[in-house]
Amino acid sequence: MLIELKDIHKTYNKGQPLHVLKGVDLEIGQGEFVSIMGASGSGKSTLLNILGILDNYDEGTYYLDGQLIKYLSEKEAAHYRNKMIGFVFQSFNLISFKTAVENVELPLFYQGVGRKKRREMAMEYLERFGLADWALHYPNEMSGGQKQRVAIARALITQPRILLADEPTGALDSKTSVDVMELLTKLYREEKVTIIVVTHESGVANCTDKIIHIKDGIIGETTLNEQHHASVFGTDTIIK
Amino acid sequence: MKDLFQEIWESIQRNKLRTVLTGFAVAWGIFILIVLLGAGNGLMNAFMRNGDEFASNTMAVYGGYTSKPYEGLQEGRWIELNDRDITLTESAIFSDYVDDVTATTTKGPFVLVLGDRHVSVDVCGCYPKLLEINKIEMLEGRFINPLDMQQKRKSIVLSASHAQQLMNGGDDYPSLIGKSVSWNDNVWQVVGVYKTDESTQRVQDYVPLSTFQLIFNEQNYEDEIIFTFHGLETEQENEQFERNYKAVINKSHKAAPDDDGALWIWNRFTQNQQMNKGSGIIRKALWILGVLTLLGGIVGVSNIMLITVKERTQEFGIRKSIGATPGAIMKLIIAESVTITAFFGYIGMVLGMVACEIMKHTVGESSLDMFGENVQVFVNPTVGLDVAFGVTLVLIIAGTLAGMSPALKAARIRPIEALHDTK
Ligand SMILES: Nc1ncnc2c1ncn2[C@@H]1O[C@H](COP(=O)(O)OP(=O)(O)OP(=O)(O)O)[C@@H](O)[C@H]1O
Ligand SMILES: [Mg+2]
Repeated sequence: MLIELKDIHKTYNKGQPLHVLKGVDLEIGQGEFVSIMGASGSGKSTLLNILGILDNYDEGTYYLDGQLIKYLSEKEAAHYRNKMIGFVFQSFNLISFKTAVENVELPLFYQGVGRKKRREMAMEYLERFGLADWALHYPNEMSGGQKQRVAIARALITQPRILLADEPTGALDSKTSVDVMELLTKLYREEKVTIIVVTHESGVANCTDKIIHIKDGIIGETTLNEQHHASVFGTDTIIK
Repeated sequence: MKDLFQEIWESIQRNKLRTVLTGFAVAWGIFILIVLLGAGNGLMNAFMRNGDEFASNTMAVYGGYTSKPYEGLQEGRWIELNDRDITLTESAIFSDYVDDVTATTTKGPFVLVLGDRHVSVDVCGCYPKLLEINKIEMLEGRFINPLDMQQKRKSIVLSASHAQQLMNGGDDYPSLIGKSVSWNDNVWQVVGVYKTDESTQRVQDYVPLSTFQLIFNEQNYEDEIIFTFHGLETEQENEQFERNYKAVINKSHKAAPDDDGALWIWNRFTQNQQMNKGSGIIRKALWILGVLTLLGGIVGVSNIMLITVKERTQEFGIRKSIGATPGAIMKLIIAESVTITAFFGYIGMVLGMVACEIMKHTVGESSLDMFGENVQVFVNPTVGLDVAFGVTLVLIIAGTLAGMSPALKAARIRPIEALHDTK
């Protein structure tokens, strides 16, 4: 298994202690396309941040590709984030004073890849996502869908083992949401990227092969969705 | 490296005004530091020049008035140095330390005449050895030699300034050699011209001491005994030697061995030592003053870097989420801090050096009349490459210190919290 979580607990201690994750057990294999659904505040983002090593957990074990992710130094954590994980956020999180291509090549900079090679690879990714003409534009000159595609290009440029997306369509209209989900589906089909999407839109979840429900801090039912019929709104639709 | 500078450039671009305002404080600090050091150097160079006309390991001995009665003789007696004192100084008693011994007697002013030109001068009777001991620089001809002494010849060595006045302002010194100059009934042959030390007005023309004593009928009298010495390193050793020396010479003049007034000793070695110590202290004090001024600038840089880090929290969170190590983030901040500090520091340094040059050309060679002597108070008030190097070091250290706390703050940013900021 690529990802193995066992009895993960997480409590936030700001003011009132808040026990968010209460023993999460989860296994996700190489090349799976999974969505995590649940009510607002149920701990979806918390779980995804732990998976992405952006946050740590209090109890349990998390194995990523056989490696125990616990007690890592900041430097080691940075290394794993850089090599293994691509992150896509609801609010894109592009660096505003860098152009699209500069944003995309930044992870390679932290790998120590040279300027020229970096630029080449970044252009290649932008081209593949139909953004070649936007390479030298700044984020505030682009539409939400374009920004999210730049963010996905940035997440993928290091060829990570997992792509984590926290409500990637949350800030997009339904048309662009479809585009983004089609892009993710294509990546999963053609490049066998392991993708985990957090969403509370059933249409988005319906694009994935497996839907994991989280409730009250533990994993509830897991629905297999290889036929993509899960959504009450029908096949391949995203209703906002 | 190029990437780093591009990042810094982008960051500074976004905050031009803020950066320039803070940079001004740094530039000002360095400017003050350079000007202070330049002025300090001017003072010390003047000190050094006023002092370095003599070999530094010499003592000059003068007669004085006895300060206590001794062997039936009253106090207040005038002590005249004589040939026996020279012999004593040269003798085995002091041979562990004393090298060359010489003596001079100076009188004046006399009017020296050459054709229709004349100049008023002091004349100093001396031994040939004075050339080395007083570091006299010959421009033409020779100094007094042993033959002059032996034959009591009427040879005279003119100072360049007197020579010029005798030649109506010209400086064709070779033409002067062999000419005869006269004062009263005495006719002297010019044998050499030496370089006048600009720093003092104590300009004399030199003649053989033997001839001098003959003319004034003062055989066996000297104004001043000068000798070089070695092997006295510490202040205590020097004091000890001076005490012994006084005791011996005092005794030969029937003065109390411990009479402090009978002889005056001017020890140029210990004087130089004290001066070096003093100039070291001045230099240190100026550095401290300058660095304190700079401190204001550094605090300013530290402050804007803190603000920058705060503004860029989200950005650093993003960077971390895509793989930036804390070290990489720290490097970014410290490099920016050092760049700002160094850039404006260098502007300040260049301006400071320009100011030093202006000082050099305005008050650069100013002098003061002190105790009847013309003393230079300012010589070449500029700073050297060593200071430029020192300042560079200071700037890099200062920039690093200024960036350190903001950088640590940036490095400690946790990605989730930074990314939370937007939601
Ligand atoms: N950094 C934090 N400090 C304190 N409490 C937090 C923090 N992050 C999240 N929480 C709290 O933990 C709970 C779970 O948050 P989380 O973001 O994981 O929920 P979510 O399922 O992603 O919800 P949403 O669908 O609204 O995004 C919430 O009650 C939230 O207020
Ligand atoms: Mg969430």
